[in-house]
Amino acid sequence: MARSDVQLMLDVKSGDEQSFELLLHRYRSPLVNFLYRMVRNREQAEDLAQEVFLRVYRAREDYVPSAKFTTWLFRIATNLALNNVRDTRHQRMEISLDAPLAPDSEDGDERPIDVADQHPDIEQHLVAQARSRMIRHAIEKLPEKQRAAVLLHKYQELDYNEIAKILECSESALKSLLFRAYEALRVELAPLVAQHAKQ
Amino acid sequence: MSCGRMENKVLSYVDGRLKEGERLEMEKHLASCTACELRVNEFRAVSSLLDEMPQIAPSPAFDVRVRARVAAEPVKQSWWAWLAPSPRVAMAGALLALCIAWVGLRPSNYAVNPATEAEINQNMPVLENYDVLTNFEPLTDLPAPVAQDAPQDVPQGDAPQTSPTM
Repeated sequence: MARSDVQLMLDVKSGDEQSFELLLHRYRSPLVNFLYRMVRNREQAEDLAQEVFLRVYRAREDYVPSAKFTTWLFRIATNLALNNVRDTRHQRMEISLDAPLAPDSEDGDERPIDVADQHPDIEQHLVAQARSRMIRHAIEKLPEKQRAAVLLHKYQELDYNEIAKILECSESALKSLLFRAYEALRVELAPLVAQHAKQ
Repeated sequence: MSCGRMENKVLSYVDGRLKEGERLEMEKHLASCTACELRVNEFRAVSSLLDEMPQIAPSPAFDVRVRARVAAEPVKQSWWAWLAPSPRVAMAGALLALCIAWVGLRPSNYAVNPATEAEINQNMPVLENYDVLTNFEPLTDLPAPVAQDAPQDVPQGDAPQTSPTM
């Protein structure tokens, strides 16, 4: 039977390095994806995810299982991501003004297609790529806290109570935050939403 | 349920996280409110569009980097760890015991026999002065020293003048 996150962390606290490896294996992908969607840069996302694990390791001796492990983990990640977004806002504005309209090469999901290969479903692929880019940009346009709330709610599937603790707000304020975020996404993705409703 | 109250529950409804009673109440409202029903459908569409976002995989070097950073962390040692039996503590203790034993057991070079001590005392000039002073009669006639607290008769004219300063 798999050990719980809290049990693994308590084992790390008592000096079991292997338990830290298990936590790393369990949470590296969710953390990198969450941070990537927050900071929009793969390299920075990986650096921040490494920092999260390092902070968890450093805090092992003082760890007390007073809350769920994921709440603690994503609180560290969210704080690092929000600080990074605030620190690099000016830099990102400069990049976005000068950036070409072509998809970013750093995006794992948006690699340029070799048109010369005459793949039969290339048109379908391009449509899917444009759709994916539109969704990603709609998420990126959300204010940071709304974005974090949507990502934690949608992709990490955390409880409202847990997300509220991570974002340091009340559960009612979180529900209102999420409602506003979904409203903004609904407007931003209106063409896709209408298309989806027809299906 | 009013449309305003629905705002806080619409996402929970879309996610299927509402309690049975709340869900039934919501469905009752949706049956009579086209605007809210449309919103629920649109939120469902948004939720399903968000599902289309692809996941990225951490780079192969990710774990290696984390392990390297963890390995570079300084090892913390508490003060109590110093007291735990260890070769270092044992060696320090043994050295200290040896030093104490050496200081306590070594023969003293500074012991003087009584005859030599009497000779030294005889030859000391301070002791000669002491004999002279204790037998010096004029000194016994001196008045007793005046206590510092006692009032002294100082002539008015000789008293130092003080003036207030700014």
